[in-house]
Amino acid sequence: MAIIDNPKYTERINQHLAKYETKRSAVMPLLYIAQEEYGWVNQAGINEVAELLNLDPTQVKSIAGFYTMYSEKPKGQYWLQVCTDLPCALKGADEFHAWLKEELGVEEGGTTADGMFTVEHVMCLAACDKAPMLQCNFRYVEDLDQDKMRDLLARWRAEAGQSPNGRGQE
Amino acid sequence: MHILLRGRDIDNIKALDVYEAHGGFAGMKKALAMTPAEVIDIVKASGLRGRGGAGFPTGVKWSFIPEQEPVKFVTVNADESETGTFKDREIMEENPYQLIEGSLICAYAIQAKAVYIYLRGEFWDIGDQLDACIESLREKGYAGENIMGSGYDCEVYTHLGAGAYICGEESALLNSLEGYLGQPRVRPPFPAQKGGGLYKEATVVNNVETLANVPFILSEGADAFKAIGTEQSTGNKIYCVSGHVKRPGNYELPMGTTFRELLYEQAGGPLHEERPFKAMLPSGGSGPIVPLTDDVLDTPMSYEDCANIGTIIGSASIIIMDETVDMTWVASKVTKFFKHESCGKCTPCREGTYWLDKVIDRILDGRGTPDDVKRIADVAENMAGTTLCALGDFAANPIIHTIRHFPDDFAQHVGPQVGSGESMK
Repeated sequence: MAIIDNPKYTERINQHLAKYETKRSAVMPLLYIAQEEYGWVNQAGINEVAELLNLDPTQVKSIAGFYTMYSEKPKGQYWLQVCTDLPCALKGADEFHAWLKEELGVEEGGTTADGMFTVEHVMCLAACDKAPMLQCNFRYVEDLDQDKMRDLLARWRAEAGQSPNGRGQE
Repeated sequence: MHILLRGRDIDNIKALDVYEAHGGFAGMKKALAMTPAEVIDIVKASGLRGRGGAGFPTGVKWSFIPEQEPVKFVTVNADESETGTFKDREIMEENPYQLIEGSLICAYAIQAKAVYIYLRGEFWDIGDQLDACIESLREKGYAGENIMGSGYDCEVYTHLGAGAYICGEESALLNSLEGYLGQPRVRPPFPAQKGGGLYKEATVVNNVETLANVPFILSEGADAFKAIGTEQSTGNKIYCVSGHVKRPGNYELPMGTTFRELLYEQAGGPLHEERPFKAMLPSGGSGPIVPLTDDVLDTPMSYEDCANIGTIIGSASIIIMDETVDMTWVASKVTKFFKHESCGKCTPCREGTYWLDKVIDRILDGRGTPDDVKRIADVAENMAGTTLCALGDFAANPIIHTIRHFPDDFAQHVGPQVGSGESMK
């Protein structure tokens, strides 16, 4: 599928185009839609966003590359981003992040062999009072410890196959 | 009494009928009965200062908008990315209508065409909630055309960022909203001027907490607001407390409350009784670090008093570290943040944060020398004041101030002092 002429996205795309003074302003919301469709921001998505906004694909790609929430390569079904910034680190986030990578057998930014989990660290997510925490497919999971995380990993494995790509699925 | 975190006092104030039943849109109604200039005068008289960090007087900022310009905008800074800050999130999650009402009062005061709320991308669910709120407000005539029968029209929109600290800097935020890279602009022209704001139109950019104060100021009056806080720092402030305290979280207290009251009475004191407090970053990663001495603890949390102890209250994202924390590691953590978040536009910040990180890593690895400590101080001092936005200064702060206040923490990694230059041979 594509995002252009896809009835699933038509209304949202039109809403975004209507709310700004220029077409170009809609580049960020449209990149989110491309990411939702393809699971990551691939060249097809970039080309379509560019076409919708009368931009050059290179311009769109530079925007996608600037921000950390647009993924320029495929991620696991569950994209786990652990905050290891100072306030979280004071509450053990570095150790938690290292443990999680070991538990899943991945390096920083790596994806498990079954394509299930990608683990990486991120900067402050504005949840410093609930450390350690992470976001899973952009949904916050807070006040974590190893036991709680093991349970979550088991639950997510059990739910595998039901989670669409992109945001919104814990 | 909560003025901002009213979600804690009033059940379900995030429902419009509950918000209305508790004085919602009384401030807007009063504003619409006045001239825009009168609204600005009240906000000026209240002494409200920007809660995003800079502390600039809000009414004065609004008064910079040229009346004669036909198109003007309000942009709400809901990017909340400063390390240790999580206050705007609670306002928007639990008391969203108050933010929107405050934004609309601001919009009326400068006669803006529209309000754009710029949220950090991670807050997409808050964005969905705000979109639903805006829809309810349009249906009931509080937003859109002919607001509350006044003849004034203003639309409200949300916009999601996508993970970039720099977009909390107002000119980078405007670039990002226009679909360009989120990098700061050369000023002047300033956002309040024609040519400097959103779509080159005069624009007010205010933080969420700042605008959430405005309905109270209009409904209760400037004097009621000024009665809270100190002479130069009026009203309540939300203090975000994180790190080594028993009860981390948001605390809404009058400006001028002491750090001691906040950290001991409210936040419960040290996380581990046997480990006393050592240091505090009172404004996230960007403000100068201070040792938590008795003098500091007894300092009122106001713009003016924090200046007297060599730091800032800023956004009041207060990160607490106990005696077990190595300040070299803190400098490293904060430097890694700024290295990651430097937008790359200005050379001193882009290169400076890169080299600071490399050299601090070397020091932490035990491969550093006393000269390395001097070197990072030197690099940091050369970054300060040389960049388009404040990120360059912010990135210099943790280095300069950790070395100044905690030289022993660095010395333990680089061994005994040797003659300058000797260790380089």
